[in-house]
Amino acid sequence: MLFRHLTLISAVMIIIIMAGFFVQLLFHSLPAIEKFGISFFFRNEWDPVRLEFGAAGPLYGTLVTTLIAMLIAVPLSFVIALFLVEIAPPHLSRIISQAIDLLAAVPSIIYGMWGLFYFVPFMQNHVQPFLADTLYLKHIPLFSGPQMGFGLLTAGLILALMVLPFITAVMRDVFRMVPSVVKESAYGAGATTWEVTFDVTMRYGMQGLLGAVFLGLGRAIGETMAVLFIIGNSPEISTSLFSSGTTISAILANKFAEAEGIYKNVLFELGLTLLVITLLIQVAAQWWLNKVRKSSGGGL
Amino acid sequence: MQRRGIAGRKGINYFVTALSIGASILGVVFLAWILYTVIYQGFRSLNFAFFFEPTKPYGIPDGGIANAILGTVMITAGASIIGVPLGLLGGVYLSEFGRSSKIGNAIRFSANVMMGIPSIIVGLFVYTLLVYTTKSFSGFAASVALAIIMFPVVLRTTEDMLCMVPNALRESALAIGIPRWRATICIIFRAAKTGLITGVLLSVARVSGETAPLLFTALTSDAWPIHFFTQPTANLTVTITEYATNSPFEVMHVRAWGAALLITGAVLILNIICRTLFREAKR
Repeated sequence: MLFRHLTLISAVMIIIIMAGFFVQLLFHSLPAIEKFGISFFFRNEWDPVRLEFGAAGPLYGTLVTTLIAMLIAVPLSFVIALFLVEIAPPHLSRIISQAIDLLAAVPSIIYGMWGLFYFVPFMQNHVQPFLADTLYLKHIPLFSGPQMGFGLLTAGLILALMVLPFITAVMRDVFRMVPSVVKESAYGAGATTWEVTFDVTMRYGMQGLLGAVFLGLGRAIGETMAVLFIIGNSPEISTSLFSSGTTISAILANKFAEAEGIYKNVLFELGLTLLVITLLIQVAAQWWLNKVRKSSGGGL
Repeated sequence: MQRRGIAGRKGINYFVTALSIGASILGVVFLAWILYTVIYQGFRSLNFAFFFEPTKPYGIPDGGIANAILGTVMITAGASIIGVPLGLLGGVYLSEFGRSSKIGNAIRFSANVMMGIPSIIVGLFVYTLLVYTTKSFSGFAASVALAIIMFPVVLRTTEDMLCMVPNALRESALAIGIPRWRATICIIFRAAKTGLITGVLLSVARVSGETAPLLFTALTSDAWPIHFFTQPTANLTVTITEYATNSPFEVMHVRAWGAALLITGAVLILNIICRTLFREAKR
């Protein structure tokens, strides 16, 4: 009995720690919540001297970088998973599969460092001039302004590269879970590979694919180190994707050491905001993935 | 399904096939680019001083990262000492006692959700618990933060591995009259040994490259990590951050690449060991 209780206590610690996240972050952000109220989330102001703070800048940066990352990573992951399961010969599929798993294991700070020293200059010298001048997009506000390499677009692209292996791995498993009888009957009816994927596999594994997307979304939204080095760390909102910005996690990592008093409380409130957002995303992801697991009886 | 000509259908199929091959090549190219950069830049910095001398204060060109290597090892070991037993015990509860109970399902769900909470939040949480209250950053606080990140990972893999042990083994162990705890530890753990080791190693690999939680707990320092419990403790990842972003000196960038090579190498080698172990166990 003693052993059973010991194991139960350990397991319940998970729930206690999760509750602890909330209690501690809420407690430490109370002064900021009292001072700025609900308008905190809409104000675009970040002035540590006058102690006026608004979260609009970091929220905007988080939203934009995550959006860029998901817009690029989700379709790419989908076709890579398709390649691994349906198109590639088994031998090649195994090698690339393992490479993608390894890419998922590389620490995020490595992406940040590689981004800072290699990808930022690459963006500055090749990608941004190409987008603005060669494609003639510079008259659209999104692609105007100085081409420094740093900024929202570059951070979004690095994030895309980071979440790509996660989404691909889950999508690959979802594709594999579709019973081969179902796929074979579609092939037998004369469907092409793409038609089987789009009309059969995708419908069958929709919830699993959604779970994969949300898993990647949760990771992209909270990622710190890969973004911190690259985004330029300025809490201002700008329409151009070439300009510097910041995200919730980047501003936390960047400003926490110098913050005192109410400034620190503001950062805690940002942390609390991030916690609530990621929690909702994770709950949605797990809910969908659980449904798939139940309907297919384990695996994944 | 709308009606289309065979040429159009085949055309779309070729297009998607080309797209997926292209995307896979793109993914592999970026992996190769990142790994090549880390290996090429990293090897330039490896020398005797790099491994055996501590970091020097800002502006002094020589020195190594020995204290940071030791600090990272200590922080990760501390995290394992706290996190692994907790995770193993919790996993035992889920697989042996609470397999389909309400509380078991709630814990399983929470663990899955917690694995997706950003590590920076864990850093903030431990800051409020250990740094804010004691008024000092410490390597120990970093260990606690990493242990919290490891906990759900070890718990879930333990549960998965124990669930694969056939029930007949449990029944025969209990039938010869040994208590449940001995049956679990001496018989079921032994049957699932490789899986458990894999889970633990993977969780170690996962936390050893973490940076964000350490910014709020361990910080960094130029001293050897002797005051592990009371003072900021040097570690590889925060040192990389400092050297790469806050320094105009080329030598420091080179040393940061060296540290990056060490940490990436360690993480990837751990991952490869786990995969080989697990594949052999499955056979």
